[in-house]
Amino acid sequence: MTRKVLIPLYGNDVAPRFDLATEVLIVSIGADDVVEDERTVVLPHASAEDLCHLILTENIGVVICGGIEEEYYRYLKWKKVTVLDSVMGPFDRVLERFEEGRLREGNILF
Amino acid sequence: MPEESEPTCLEGNIINRDSKKIPVRITFAPVRSLDGKLLGFLETVEDTRVLQELSKKIVQAYSFGDFIARSPQMERIFQILPVIGQTHSSVLITGETGTGKDLLAEAIHQTSNRNKGPFIKVNCGALPETLLESELFGHQKGAFTGAVENKPGRFRLAHNGTLYLIEIGDLPLALQVKLLTFLDDKIIYPLGSTKGYQVDVRMIAATHRNLELMVREGLFREDLPFRLNVVRIHLPPLRERGEDIRLLLDHFFHTFTSRFGKRIRGFSNKALRILLEYQYPGNVRELRNIVEYAVNICLEEQIQPEHLPAYLTDIESWNRVESGAEHQTAPPSQTDQEDGEANLNWAAIERKMIIEALVKAKGRRSKAAALLGWGRSTLWRKMKQFGIDA
Repeated sequence: MTRKVLIPLYGNDVAPRFDLATEVLIVSIGADDVVEDERTVVLPHASAEDLCHLILTENIGVVICGGIEEEYYRYLKWKKVTVLDSVMGPFDRVLERFEEGRLREGNILF
Repeated sequence: MPEESEPTCLEGNIINRDSKKIPVRITFAPVRSLDGKLLGFLETVEDTRVLQELSKKIVQAYSFGDFIARSPQMERIFQILPVIGQTHSSVLITGETGTGKDLLAEAIHQTSNRNKGPFIKVNCGALPETLLESELFGHQKGAFTGAVENKPGRFRLAHNGTLYLIEIGDLPLALQVKLLTFLDDKIIYPLGSTKGYQVDVRMIAATHRNLELMVREGLFREDLPFRLNVVRIHLPPLRERGEDIRLLLDHFFHTFTSRFGKRIRGFSNKALRILLEYQYPGNVRELRNIVEYAVNICLEEQIQPEHLPAYLTDIESWNRVESGAEHQTAPPSQTDQEDGEANLNWAAIERKMIIEALVKAKGRRSKAAALLGWGRSTLWRKMKQFGIDA
C-alpha cells in the first residue's frame, strides 16, 4: 500500500515552523519502502490552514515537520494523519530515517 | 547580520516542544575580542509573556475612563475616583480650561452605581438667567407667556442619575439660592408650581473660576461652595504634569495618524523639544489640537517644527502666551504657595518634590522613592539629573 508523506521545507531542511513554510515536499512510498514519486509544491503564501487543507486534499498519511501549533497538530491527528513534529535536519536524511522506520518525534539529525 | 552592525532586537514568536506559541524578543549581538576582532554572535531569546501581561496592567494603570496620565498628581486622583464614585456626595471639580473636567465628571458617573441612570449636562454659562431656571427646575403650564405645557427640567430628567453643572461660577445669584435649597432637602420646585418634587440626583459641578474669590467679591453665595464642596477635586494644569505631556503626545499622535490614515513615524527631535517645552495654557485640549493640526499638515515621514502651529515656533508669541498663561489662568483654588509652584517649570517642581520626599524620608532613598511612587532606579536617575546629593 502506498503511503504519502508531506514535509514542509526551508531550503534543504525540514522547515522549523509548520505555519511559516512556503514549500513542501510530497513523497509517495510504496509497500516495499521504495520512493515511487517525489514532488515539491511551492505555496503562494505561508499559512497553516492552507497547509492543512492541502494535506487533506492530497490524502497525506504522514506529516514530518518542525514546530507546529497545538491547534493544527490536534486537527491533523483528528483527521487520522500521523504527525511527527519537532524534527530537525536535512530532508533527505529525515526521509531516509523515516523509510528505515527509525524516525521519532523530536529527532535532530544535523 | 553584517559584522559591523550594532546589536539588533526583534519581536516575534516561537513554537516550543509543547506546541505552544510563545511571544519572544530576540536579540542578536556581535561578540568581539578586546582588540575588536569579531568572535561570533550572541543570540538571546527572551520569553515576553510576563512582560506582555505587565504592559497590559500598566496601560490600565495609566488610564481611568478616558483619562491618560502617569504623573503622581493624576495617579492620586485615579486612586480616589472609584471611592468617590461609590458615594452620593456632591463633587466640585476645579481646574483650568482643557484639563478634562467634563471627562472626570463622566468618569465619576460611570464608576458610580448610578451609571445605569442618566448623565445630564447643563452649561450654566450658555443660557440666559430666565431660561436657565426653567431649564434646570422645569416649569408649570401657564407659568409665563409661552409656557404652553409642563416641562420637567433637567433635575427631574436626571432622577436616579447624575446632574453635571458646567461653569457653576456663571450661575446667577438668584438661581444659586434655589440650588442651595435643592442641595439641602433634595426637593425641586418647578417655576409656577406650588408642589415640590423629590428627586434623587447626584450633583457634580465644575468651574474654572476661583469660587473663594467670587465669594469675596459678592458674585457667589458664601454658603453654596460649602455645600458643593463635599468632595473637591482639583485637576492640575498640564504644565505641572510634566511626564504626561509625552504620554499624551504619543496617545493623540497614534489616534490621529490611524484616524486620518497617515503614515507618519513620529515627531522629530526638534519638534518634540518644542512640544515638551511649551506651557500649554489651553492644557490637554490645546495639546490635542496641536497634534491634530501637525498630523494633518505633515506630508513627510516625521513631524518637523514647521508642521507645528506657527505660534509654537514663533518665540515672541510664545513668550506672550507664557506670560498670558500666568496672568489669566492661575488655578482657581490654590494657596499662595501653590500659585508660586505653578510658575515654576516642571523640572523645578520635580526637583522640589524629590527634595521634599528625601527630607520626609530622612534621606532614605528607597523610602523617598516609595513616597514619590517611583522605583529606586528612577529616583536615582532623576537625582543625578538634577544634581541632588542625598
